[in-house]
Amino acid sequence: MDLSSLANCLGSPACVVTQVTSGLIIGMLLFLVAAGLTLIFGVLKVINFTHGAFYMLGAYFALTIFQLTGSYVATLLGAALATALVGLAFERFFMSRVYGQNILMQLLVCYGFILIFDDSVKIIWGPEFKSMGMPSTFQVPPLFIAGGVVPPFYLFLVGVTVAIGIALWLVIERTRFGKTVRAAAHNPSMVSALGVNTGILYGLVFALGGLLAGFAGALAAPVRSLTPGMGFSILIESFIVTVIGGMGSIVGAFVGSLLIGLIRTFGSVGFPLFTEGLMYLFMVVVLIAKPTGLFGKEVA
Amino acid sequence: MTGNRKSRLDRRTLLKGTSAAAIGIIGAPLIARGQAKPIKIGMPTILSGRVAQLGASSRNGVMLEVEKVNAAGGLAGRPIEMVIRDSKGAPQEAARVARELVNSDGCEILIDAEASSGAFAVHEVARDLKVLCLHTNSETSSLTADPKLRIPNAFRVARQGIHDSIVGGGYAAKIAEAKKLTKWMTCSPDYAYGRDTTAQFIEYLKHFKKDIEVVGEAWPKLFQPDYTEVVTKILQTKPQAMYSCLWGGDLTSFIDQGNIYALFTQIETFAVNMADYTALTVVKNLPKGIHSGNRYIKTFPKTAANAAWGDAYRAKYKEYPTNWAWQNATVIQFLAAAAKKVNSADGAKLAEALRGLTIESPFGTDGKLTLRAEDQTLVGYAIGWGTTIPAEPYVPETTAGDWKQITELEAEWKKKNNYT
Repeated sequence: MDLSSLANCLGSPACVVTQVTSGLIIGMLLFLVAAGLTLIFGVLKVINFTHGAFYMLGAYFALTIFQLTGSYVATLLGAALATALVGLAFERFFMSRVYGQNILMQLLVCYGFILIFDDSVKIIWGPEFKSMGMPSTFQVPPLFIAGGVVPPFYLFLVGVTVAIGIALWLVIERTRFGKTVRAAAHNPSMVSALGVNTGILYGLVFALGGLLAGFAGALAAPVRSLTPGMGFSILIESFIVTVIGGMGSIVGAFVGSLLIGLIRTFGSVGFPLFTEGLMYLFMVVVLIAKPTGLFGKEVA
Repeated sequence: MTGNRKSRLDRRTLLKGTSAAAIGIIGAPLIARGQAKPIKIGMPTILSGRVAQLGASSRNGVMLEVEKVNAAGGLAGRPIEMVIRDSKGAPQEAARVARELVNSDGCEILIDAEASSGAFAVHEVARDLKVLCLHTNSETSSLTADPKLRIPNAFRVARQGIHDSIVGGGYAAKIAEAKKLTKWMTCSPDYAYGRDTTAQFIEYLKHFKKDIEVVGEAWPKLFQPDYTEVVTKILQTKPQAMYSCLWGGDLTSFIDQGNIYALFTQIETFAVNMADYTALTVVKNLPKGIHSGNRYIKTFPKTAANAAWGDAYRAKYKEYPTNWAWQNATVIQFLAAAAKKVNSADGAKLAEALRGLTIESPFGTDGKLTLRAEDQTLVGYAIGWGTTIPAEPYVPETTAGDWKQITELEAEWKKKNNYT
């Protein structure tokens, strides 16, 4: 424990700026993955354990598209769309067959596909780790804000993610599609009886989840090394985020991601040996105080 | 038409044919018995997971040399047959595979191409089965330095942490002296290798330059995807120089993420595992002037033999060799030399011949490698530090370590750890 460094850091604007922005960066990527996870759970009541693999696929698609086009905008859009298609196909051909079944069956299908996706990546891109490299636009010196260091790429990353978060919230809360999704989450048989094709709706929800995870992968690709199996650690963390924020709540995922990001960055200053543990400890505290998570609703 | 021709096959021809075939079948074992029985060598290594590339390069290194040895008649006339199995990097699996290779597959020699965690497990199997065992990838010094672990049938044909630390500490102290770097920080993976190697490096850095102060430590966990909090912590601490033994994908992530904070232009960086082709060729924006120890690099030792070996490997496997590749190639060269010396492929006789054996090798500092008799470990291999440039040859110049100094300091270190 190193509480004096933590106190020093909190007393210095430079340190606060740097740590808060890096907390935002960690949190924002987590949010994109966790949002898809929580959305799928909210509507379909299944935990999509292949979600980490979607993130990995997004990163690998980004690598290839970036090598082919050299344009990072095309990379982001292409990787997100391609991953959305994978999500759609995965839901229509496989997940949709196990909805009514035992949770163990669903777990088994997901776990099987984690292995299949990991091995497909190995076959297509090779087992060794890859690095995409920073797009030339962002190869500039970092900015100094109040003495804190902020890289421009991370400003872009946080900006884009917040925009996506707001767009997602608007889609779910303000559009007809969002209304149908919310209704299906509440009472799928009624929605189905009212003439909505829930099969297509479920497919679209998975595609949206894939879109978000793929986007996160493409945003992470310039700064994280790509390996088969890279989805696993982000799956665990985004799972913690959804548990803290409340399963099924987008706002909860947003707040949970930010909290985890900040816990990590300030934790590494104050509790360098217990940063990981702090995250789990926080989850335990939240679960004791509010078993449904910060923004979770009681399941009727 | 063809059908008609086939039907012309008469009784006589058929008889001739069948009798010839029969002689062939019965006669075959007689002929085979005249030739030497192949010698099976078992090799557990990591062929899946994040380190799979290194395991594959170990296999490549071995096979490149086995082909040459077999073409020249094998080990004392017996052709080598490699049996290579995946341990998935799990120690208990490595031990199980090793046992199975000897007991079920009839392997007479083990090449243990595991990382340190697995190597200690395979070592115990070798102790139990009394089979000749050659560790080719574990760099943890205690494996051979600790007399309690030593067995007559196990050797290390690999570089060693303590050697790297002595050479690295000496090199870094010289740079620190010239550039007046006194405030240091470390950033290494949080497991046995990372902790031990970092402590040893700092120990020898301080041994060679007294006024070193370690102002901070960062311990990211192994395979951590995001290093942002580590990078910002280093920036807050403002050291003049930094040591890191991150490796592979962890190192490239750290470089990529540190780059956007301009970390490496502000801090003199010593990353012992940077100069490995697996990392060098993957990092897209390799900063100039990172100090690194040599792992395998074609330009060091700067000899025609070393460059030719690196090129031959690359021509065959379409990628550059790794540190694990040269170590595994070396083990076959040692076995071939030992078998020649005693004219036998028997494990016990080979072990006797290997103890203290010196061979010609492209990987030696002065063209020679020795398996030191007292602790059955490799010495004399090319060891040095240099600085990186972003393109081939990546590390143009390497300062070689002095084996006389390494040996002296290593002896002191052993004494201090009660390893004598």
